[in-house]
Amino acid sequence: MNNMFKTLSSAPLSAKFGMIVIFTYLVVAVFAPLIAPYGEREILGRAYELWSSEYPLGTDNLGRDMLSRLIYGARNTLGLTLTITVLAFLLGGILGMIAAALGGWVDQILSRIVDVFMAIPSLIFALLILSIFGTSMPYLIATIVVLDATRVFRIARATAMNVAVMDYVEVARLRGEKLGWVIRKEILPNITAPLLAEFGLRFCFVFLFISALSFLGLGIQPPTADWGSMVRDSSTLISYGDVTPLIPAGAIALLTVAVNFVVDWMLHRSSGLKDVS
Amino acid sequence: MLVDMKDNSGSESEPLLQMKGLRIEGLSENGWQEIVCGIDLQLKRGEIIGLIGESGAGKSTIGLAAMGYARDGCRITEGDIIFDGIELRTASEEEKRKLRGTRISYVAQSAAAAFNPAHRLLEQFAEVPVAHKILSLSKAKEKGRALYRSLDLPDPENIGERWPHQVSGGQLQRMMVAMAMSCEPDLIIFDEPTTALDVTTQIEVLKTIKEIVIDRNVAAIYVTHDLAVVAQMADHLMVLRHGNLIEVNSTGQILKSPKQEYTQNLLDARSRNEKITAQIPNPKTLLSIESVTAGYGKGPDILQDVSILVEKGRTVAVVGESGSGKSTLARVVTGLLPARFGGIHFRGEPLPDKLNHREKQQLQKVQMISQLPDIALNPRQRVRDIIGRPLSFYLGLKGKEKEQRINELLQQIELPQSFIDRLPSELSGGEKQRICIARALAAEPELIICDEVTSALDSIVAKAILNLLQRLQNELGVTYLFISHDLDTVANIADQVVVLYAGRVAEQGSKSAVFQPPFHPYTRLLLSSVPEMRQGWLEETLSTREAKAGIAREVKITEQGCPFAERCPIAIEDVCVASRPPLQTTTSGHVYACQHSIEVLLRESQY
Repeated sequence: MNNMFKTLSSAPLSAKFGMIVIFTYLVVAVFAPLIAPYGEREILGRAYELWSSEYPLGTDNLGRDMLSRLIYGARNTLGLTLTITVLAFLLGGILGMIAAALGGWVDQILSRIVDVFMAIPSLIFALLILSIFGTSMPYLIATIVVLDATRVFRIARATAMNVAVMDYVEVARLRGEKLGWVIRKEILPNITAPLLAEFGLRFCFVFLFISALSFLGLGIQPPTADWGSMVRDSSTLISYGDVTPLIPAGAIALLTVAVNFVVDWMLHRSSGLKDVS
Repeated sequence: MLVDMKDNSGSESEPLLQMKGLRIEGLSENGWQEIVCGIDLQLKRGEIIGLIGESGAGKSTIGLAAMGYARDGCRITEGDIIFDGIELRTASEEEKRKLRGTRISYVAQSAAAAFNPAHRLLEQFAEVPVAHKILSLSKAKEKGRALYRSLDLPDPENIGERWPHQVSGGQLQRMMVAMAMSCEPDLIIFDEPTTALDVTTQIEVLKTIKEIVIDRNVAAIYVTHDLAVVAQMADHLMVLRHGNLIEVNSTGQILKSPKQEYTQNLLDARSRNEKITAQIPNPKTLLSIESVTAGYGKGPDILQDVSILVEKGRTVAVVGESGSGKSTLARVVTGLLPARFGGIHFRGEPLPDKLNHREKQQLQKVQMISQLPDIALNPRQRVRDIIGRPLSFYLGLKGKEKEQRINELLQQIELPQSFIDRLPSELSGGEKQRICIARALAAEPELIICDEVTSALDSIVAKAILNLLQRLQNELGVTYLFISHDLDTVANIADQVVVLYAGRVAEQGSKSAVFQPPFHPYTRLLLSSVPEMRQGWLEETLSTREAKAGIAREVKITEQGCPFAERCPIAIEDVCVASRPPLQTTTSGHVYACQHSIEVLLRESQY
């Protein structure tokens, strides 16, 4: 515990900033009902009311409180993004390591399937699937998980390949170790650093992807609050010189930047680069 | 004295390079630490100085400092480096840049890593003189071809048009020496230029270096851990350890009468202390490799019809140059590469071809130690897990029992118990190799395959590892299949020797039979290529007919005839190239493959 604190306090300013931002977002997401002044779906007043003491950020196109929806949006968007990213990593990471460890036709089949998926632009692919099967949450999650898992697969396979040719992996095989053990104990610990970095980046991409889908009306469905659809719903205000639609967009941007700061720092630490001062 | 003072025209009396009180620090986890502690060095034109010591002695760091260069994470803190009147420590980057490559050049250990694989060899040769505007591109290329010619490289007119992967390792290393000469420098720094090479290739490169340096009156710094090699090259030797100077003297003096104990150790590391094979009452065959033929993918047969018997409690050494199929043999025995024909019996039972058809117990009894300890240990596992895994996997040991056994093993490999929580990155090369040995021992094997286990190590460390392996055999009765290209190493540990050439057994028998006349011509070439600890050895060896015929040729796998024929000084014209050499067996069980009768070989061996 003490050690962890020491590590954290030695982080550069940018990483500290990133961690504070992420922590704040998490607190907001978890305690949303306590923090938000109004309910997520409550219609309170007229549409597009200006900022006031009653509605600190005004109201949206249906007269709901912007601030409350922003706070609930953190919960919905963050939760969904995290779920999708974790699932994508489990799927893509495990398959990628299996492909690298086994090689041969297993690798060929898995890699070619991934190639097929990657050949189709992901946004178009997602739009296609979602308009065929409808925009329910399970389909949304499954689609993005599969799409992102292909990217994770590529990086997991490439990094695991480099490890799989090492003598210590050969030694484990000669010992008669099972595939699971080789992957878990010999390969995974040595590719954690690039996977972590990828996790941070992937998290941002998924986040933006969901927001983009929501903006297009195929993501998180109303009345559930979500930053992407909030931008779309209030986008007309931009023409009147109102900054309100930029606030959910800013929330997305801030989190993305914060996550990247932290990931940069973690990468720097695990790659063993030293600061020569 | 007066004459010397007057003679200012040439800089004969002035040293070309002078280092005074040089101190260099390196960054480690505990901050800056001194890695070179006050070294003085003087080098005149046309002189070669050898820097010798184990890894961590600071010899490469000093070599680089002669160019005014410190690696990343290193800094020169004190002292002077004066090259031909220029103080390199205070010189600007621009001044140093002008010197490097033109007046001082550098030859690195691994030519394969030093050449850019995406450019042709001659283009890379021309790069430096063109960049420094000394020669035009066409002039530079012309010069390159002339140098290749004078260095006896094959096809000197066209070899420069090849890519780095299209020439052999020895040729590549020689081309790098040629490249260092592209601007006619005054000083060349050689950093372990032959360490990664076979003995026969080593001679080829040493010859090139010597020609360049002596014929062209260049000064050189020769960095190596191998005293026998540097004895052929250097006029003076500096023995270094942990950044300190141990001894400096002329090469002859150091070889004859070393003043320091450490220098004596370095000398001893090369001396043979031959193993005497003890009699075992009822020798039992542990492993028999029967007419194995193997190869990769759809490629040619790398091993052809190889049969080897390994007796329990003995050491069988497999020797040969790179490309002779030694490591392939290890892969066949371990099951990583199924044989195309033939089979393997272990303890009298047939051993399945493929790894995943073998039973756990069969895997347990055959263990392997590989060449590069750096990549044989998982960098994320501690010693406890590395040694502990075979204990729990094969023997089902847990908790205290396991802990105790790990400690016993650490004791056996002569490492303190405090090492149990270390990571591989916290160990030296020799210590890592010891951990690999302990991991193999933990499985309680009957056979351990040692694949070039000492070739990545310094001579003193390698000697210690060999002694350890021998002690373990005496104590535990474990059997070794010992693969090596170094005959000195083999002489120290083997009972039986198998000489492989181009995937075929050239000769096999007891060590005394193989290492004494009558010699198979290939064995003789290998034996005569092992550097000896005396000056003048290189010239003597180069003048032998074995060297003339066999040096600077690659191992080639042939479909018919004897693969060694084109390197053999006593090959019979038309016969050796056309027909397979018959396997001949003497009464003592000594097998060799040659067209000549044993009497002829005996007579030729005395030549």
